[in-house]
Amino acid sequence: MQNLCLAIVGAPLLGALAAGLFGKRIGRSGVHWLTSGTVGLSFLLSALVFWRVVIGSEETYNANLYQWLSSGGINFHIGFLVDELTATMMIVVTFVSWMVHIYTIGYMHDDPGYQRFFSYISLFTFSMLMLVMSNNFLQLFFGWEAVGVVSYLLIGFWHTKDTAIYANLKAFLVNRVGDFGFLLGIGAIYMYFGSLDYSEVFLQTSTFQDKTIEIVSGYEWSLMTVTCLLLFVGAMGKSAQVPLHVWLPDSMEGPTPISALIHAATMVTAGIFMVARMSPLFELSETALSVVLVIGSVTAFFMGILGLVQNDIKRVVAYSTLSQLGYMTVALGVSAYAAGIFHLFTHAFFKSLLFLAAGSVIIGMHHEQDMRKMGGLRKYMPITFVTCLVGSLALIGFPGFSGFFSKDAIIEAVHYSSIPGAGLAYVAVLGGVFITALYSFRLVFLVFYGKERFDEKTRSHLHESSPVVTVPLICLALLSVFSGGVAVSSMLFGDYFGSSIFVYSEHDVLAALGTHYHGPLAMIIHGLGQPPFWLAISGVAVAWFCYLKRPEIPARISQSMTRIHGILLDKYGFDRFNDWFFAGGARAVGSFLFRKGDSSLIDGLIVNGSAKAVGWGAEVLRRTQSGLLYHYAFAMILGLIILLSLFVHSGFFAA
Amino acid sequence: MLALADYLIVSAILFCLSVAGIIINRKNVIILLMCIELMLLAVNTNFIAFSRFNDDISGQVFVFFILTVAAAEAAIGLAILVVLFRNKKSINVEDLDSMKG
Repeated sequence: MQNLCLAIVGAPLLGALAAGLFGKRIGRSGVHWLTSGTVGLSFLLSALVFWRVVIGSEETYNANLYQWLSSGGINFHIGFLVDELTATMMIVVTFVSWMVHIYTIGYMHDDPGYQRFFSYISLFTFSMLMLVMSNNFLQLFFGWEAVGVVSYLLIGFWHTKDTAIYANLKAFLVNRVGDFGFLLGIGAIYMYFGSLDYSEVFLQTSTFQDKTIEIVSGYEWSLMTVTCLLLFVGAMGKSAQVPLHVWLPDSMEGPTPISALIHAATMVTAGIFMVARMSPLFELSETALSVVLVIGSVTAFFMGILGLVQNDIKRVVAYSTLSQLGYMTVALGVSAYAAGIFHLFTHAFFKSLLFLAAGSVIIGMHHEQDMRKMGGLRKYMPITFVTCLVGSLALIGFPGFSGFFSKDAIIEAVHYSSIPGAGLAYVAVLGGVFITALYSFRLVFLVFYGKERFDEKTRSHLHESSPVVTVPLICLALLSVFSGGVAVSSMLFGDYFGSSIFVYSEHDVLAALGTHYHGPLAMIIHGLGQPPFWLAISGVAVAWFCYLKRPEIPARISQSMTRIHGILLDKYGFDRFNDWFFAGGARAVGSFLFRKGDSSLIDGLIVNGSAKAVGWGAEVLRRTQSGLLYHYAFAMILGLIILLSLFVHSGFFAA
Repeated sequence: MLALADYLIVSAILFCLSVAGIIINRKNVIILLMCIELMLLAVNTNFIAFSRFNDDISGQVFVFFILTVAAAEAAIGLAILVVLFRNKKSINVEDLDSMKG
């Protein structure tokens, strides 16, 4: 198992290093063969691990492989923990990454940074695997930061584009906020638990259940609540939850394959994974779970609405990612960790599918991303159309598709939950279903149906993308259809996760749901009569009516409700507020400190001031230097008299 | 018989005169040199008086040393004065302020 783990993380790293350092020498085709090969190998080995751990129910593997350093009685290890949760994440990460590698061969075909791009995405795969396979908090944090760095590099991949530079800086800075909280949380864990090892920390949880700490004297806080909230701040940054979501839509400035890989399928789910991994901690604090729930439901509902007013095809999908991440967070909040991970699992397939399909459309349209300039593409790109439709159906949770099982499970779990905020969250996730259907099919109808709104020149070049693009689409589409139904029984209601996820029995909504569960087919039939299904159908119907039947309606609605439309276009003003308050505030503080602190105090008073004081003193003293002998003689005598009188009268020198 | 105090008073008066000469004199460097000589003489007077009244011969030995040094000093001082006059065409004290800061 040890060699297997090393090979799984090592192969992409090797590929990344080779592609990055010797990319020029290996050549373009060499690089894509090498990196796709190593990631493919990683996937196959992950599948083997998955087979052994999940299906063969092998013992959980947990071992430290290398001691990085030892300081003050604390040892920092590099080690792997492979249980059911890890194995699931590994297979998702490596599979999506592999598909994206293959897809990239087509998408980035003419890009001058071809080798660099492959190096980055392989490096990302390595970092993400380190994150999910870690057995301690430090390595988790390493992976956490490493994926952040790669995300930064990839958002700004086209580094001559101003908007891309702005976007990657924004992503990095917003993630800093989250990471700061995360680091504080890890610090709190080390301070009280005395270890950074998952297993050692989780063993001690019961000791600290009722412990309170005083950060501000006079206010007692529950240790677990504080720690969990701090950890969740990290998850908010990485998984783009309100109010730290602002970086994700902008990250669409990067090339489409990484939007699929990093900003939809894998990296942004790191926060979800982390909270699920920390379930023994989060279970101890109902307050923290409530916060998680409320933040998740706000994200799920309000970010979905923003998808309705976007015209950039990738941004629509980006907002739907935000909304789906909100769903996962909601699932975590109601202690339905398995449902959250399940949704993560299915979402990884259909969301990367949607992104890659959008990328295929973008290739076909010669890098035009505005949906208002598309339409009727169904005829020209049949495979892209079908796969995109499959992705959208999975996204809206159409019965039978993978998204249906995971999303319905979350909605039902919220329905059953009694944790504070669950009522609000239930309304939000139900509303979210309608919104999701509306914007998803708005995209489908605007892009693939209706009048062709592009010019003759584009039409003459329009054709289906090459097999390197369509094969990943088809693979992902198949998984988007079937992964849900196949996995639902064991993942949600079976003993799939074993001991890797811990839930208190009084929080265990999935167990309560499980009593009504009679297999996937029954779930589909039951789902047909439930509100989520009808909300989704009505969303599709509204989209059809507004964007195909009577295309003039949306314009009229936005005109009659300019106020609301303005707020939505403004993305609720988060960006404006951040620009004004944080960026503007930081600049104001900076310029204040520069002008008052640096210019006036340090330069003015201390540096120039001391020089001026010396100059002034010298100016006074040089007047005594008259050059006239008798002045000097007088001074000497005066001195002599003073010394003598001291000597005689006060015995000054007596001692 | 004169008391010790009388000698000391005389030497103090001599000393004060020479100090006043140095400070008040604004004209002639030669007068400055003379004042310095006078100051040394005042000190000598003190030495002799103490030597006499304390029955200690070393005071008088000191006087010889001081006289020798004073002679040498006067010679050097006058030599400097000559060179100074050659360069500056003046021995006016007020003009000699090239040390002014």
